[in-house]
Amino acid sequence: MPKITIADLEKIREDTKRTLNFRLGTCKAKITVHMGTCGIAAGARDILSSVMKEIEERKLMDVIVTNSGCAGLCSKEPMITVEMANEPAPVKYIDMTPAKIKKIFDSHILKNELVKEYALALGSEKTA
Amino acid sequence: MAYRTYLMVCAGTGCVANQSIKIKDTLIKELEKKGLQDEVAVVTTGCNGFCGVGPIMVVQPDGIFYQLLKSSDIPYLVEEHLIKGRPVKKFMYIPSEKEPPIPKMSDIDFFKKQVLIALRNRGLIDPEKIEEYIARGGYSGLAKALTEMTPDQVINEVKKSGLRGRGGGGFPTGIKWETMKKVPGDVRFVICNADEGDPGAFMDRSIIESDPHAVIEGMLIGAYGMGSTQGYVYIRNEYPIALERLLKAIAQAKEYGLLGENIFGTDFKFDIRIIRGAGAFVCGESTALMASIQGMPGEPRAKYVHTVEKGLFDFPTCLNNVETWANVPQIIQKGAEWFTQIGTGDVTNDPWGGSKGTKVFSLTGKVVNTGLVEVPMGITLREIIYDIGGGIKDGKKIKAVQTGGPSGGFIPESMLDLPVDFDELTKVGSMMGSGGMIIADEDNCIVDMAKYFLNFTQEESCGKCIPCREGTKRMYDILENISVGKGTEEDLELLEDLSYMVVESSLCALGGSAPNPVLTSLKYFKDEYLTHVREKKCPAKACRQLNVYTIDEEICATVGHGCDLCKKSCPDFAIFGETKKAHHIDQMKCHKCGACYDACNFKAIKVE
Repeated sequence: MPKITIADLEKIREDTKRTLNFRLGTCKAKITVHMGTCGIAAGARDILSSVMKEIEERKLMDVIVTNSGCAGLCSKEPMITVEMANEPAPVKYIDMTPAKIKKIFDSHILKNELVKEYALALGSEKTA
Repeated sequence: MAYRTYLMVCAGTGCVANQSIKIKDTLIKELEKKGLQDEVAVVTTGCNGFCGVGPIMVVQPDGIFYQLLKSSDIPYLVEEHLIKGRPVKKFMYIPSEKEPPIPKMSDIDFFKKQVLIALRNRGLIDPEKIEEYIARGGYSGLAKALTEMTPDQVINEVKKSGLRGRGGGGFPTGIKWETMKKVPGDVRFVICNADEGDPGAFMDRSIIESDPHAVIEGMLIGAYGMGSTQGYVYIRNEYPIALERLLKAIAQAKEYGLLGENIFGTDFKFDIRIIRGAGAFVCGESTALMASIQGMPGEPRAKYVHTVEKGLFDFPTCLNNVETWANVPQIIQKGAEWFTQIGTGDVTNDPWGGSKGTKVFSLTGKVVNTGLVEVPMGITLREIIYDIGGGIKDGKKIKAVQTGGPSGGFIPESMLDLPVDFDELTKVGSMMGSGGMIIADEDNCIVDMAKYFLNFTQEESCGKCIPCREGTKRMYDILENISVGKGTEEDLELLEDLSYMVVESSLCALGGSAPNPVLTSLKYFKDEYLTHVREKKCPAKACRQLNVYTIDEEICATVGHGCDLCKKSCPDFAIFGETKKAHHIDQMKCHKCGACYDACNFKAIKVE
């Protein structure tokens, strides 16, 4: 390993930025893949993989992925929830496929434009 | 491939002792079994501070906090949380029986009120990877110092920040650096004091374990400011994990050219050597530490000439504590002004004018949440104990807070609203110390605790000065007498006289502060001493020789069914009674060891 320069410090910081954002939980967008038994049966694992592939291919630094349980609407699985830092309410998308994921990335994640045709509703459910 | 989830497994000493390494191994195995190894990463981090509920694991990016894990829990946890996305409630932190579990680390009171500077990377990075430290802005303070600042500017920045020695002395770091800088000569040393010896204190250990590069960077910046090329870290050998991580960190820094010659392409060079201490408490004293590095007996010397003028091998030497060094990179990176926004007082013209920044404390004793906390200066003791510490265990009443370890003093409940600040704590007879904070409740006897600390200091006294060597021993004897009912009221006066004598005539701070626990306990808890000497009773029932043990025959016979446990435990054969019938104690034979009290499962042994 040759001696490190100040520019190298910057480079290391840039390379690891995504890892770090993940660990700190700071992000522009958070995508939750619903992975209850119903979701997994309907193909949520493929959805999770394609979400991760999109992030990887687009080299997005500030989009994090997480999974959660069944959202209760089992017939519309696989579902994802997209939360943007600059939008007040989360959006639920239903009947996901890898192609639809691509579209959501193209418009919602990158351009802040909701993909209305895939969306179920705005907002989260009320909790007691 | 990037990961979607990071499992941050705590690998501080506390969690490692509770098998966190085994948990990590089981996790890796389980993830492979489920085919998740490319999606989920396992990272070992330094101490998270919440040692009381270890082993700890934090799941990121959601920040879900799991506690008290066992390796047998792992398959279930992986299945539920990582495959089905359901965080597992039963492994979460539960503040009290009536409240629901708290999933997120950031919502737990213990973490909420803390402000992290020295421990900013704890739980976030793998301390054994220099890249992760760099990713969090590491070594950019050094880069800034070397390329944008002159050595004098570096010293000035530290001076302006109002940083004071975190080892307990509270001497303004900038002034120490400035004095050292003015001493002529080419050879000069910087030392990091990691010889942490206070019972129940583990701040420095945790800093090194969770972020060793912060200490190295701090030393590099200090060395640049003061014109030193050689540094030493004096660390006790009883800290195997800290030592190992520090050695790894130094090796990585050398590999990256951050230690050695021409650092960042400038003509600044610096190297660090590690010296392992053998665990003598007195070697935490600067001159004794330097003597020990030189291979001489660890004994302090008189400081008519300061170590910044004549220290290690008679060359100018600047010694700072681990936590002090760890604060330096942040001060240089973010500026003195940022640092002075946190804390008390005003240090613009007077470096002694306040306490700035944060302080790490190890919160132990009878508090619900034991662990390591970093709090802003000026926070009250009450906030630390009740808001962060979660109050006293088992709903008992607090008696006192002991700060500063064996050199500090007891602070009574009435003074809990005291702000934590170097000068405020000294005013009431205690001291900041290196950051030990032991909470005593109503079951702790103040005489017993003072005796414990005195026993520690009299054993650790190096023996150079007679007042310390003999004085602390005699003080211990008097306390021992009081605790077994042989004390008189005159003893209390003698104890106080001896205390002042030891304070005034000892060479170093060990003797100079050893009587603090006695003096403060006499000042604030005189009544308790008087009950011991006048009535020969211990109100907390902790001095067992003053207790009378009897058996409640009804409980013994009806609840315990004469189980015989007490009889078997008694070394004096003082307990009589047939099996399955009530037992009783022969007071003439009883030596009051309390073994029966500890043995009884039915609370049938009564203490008066």
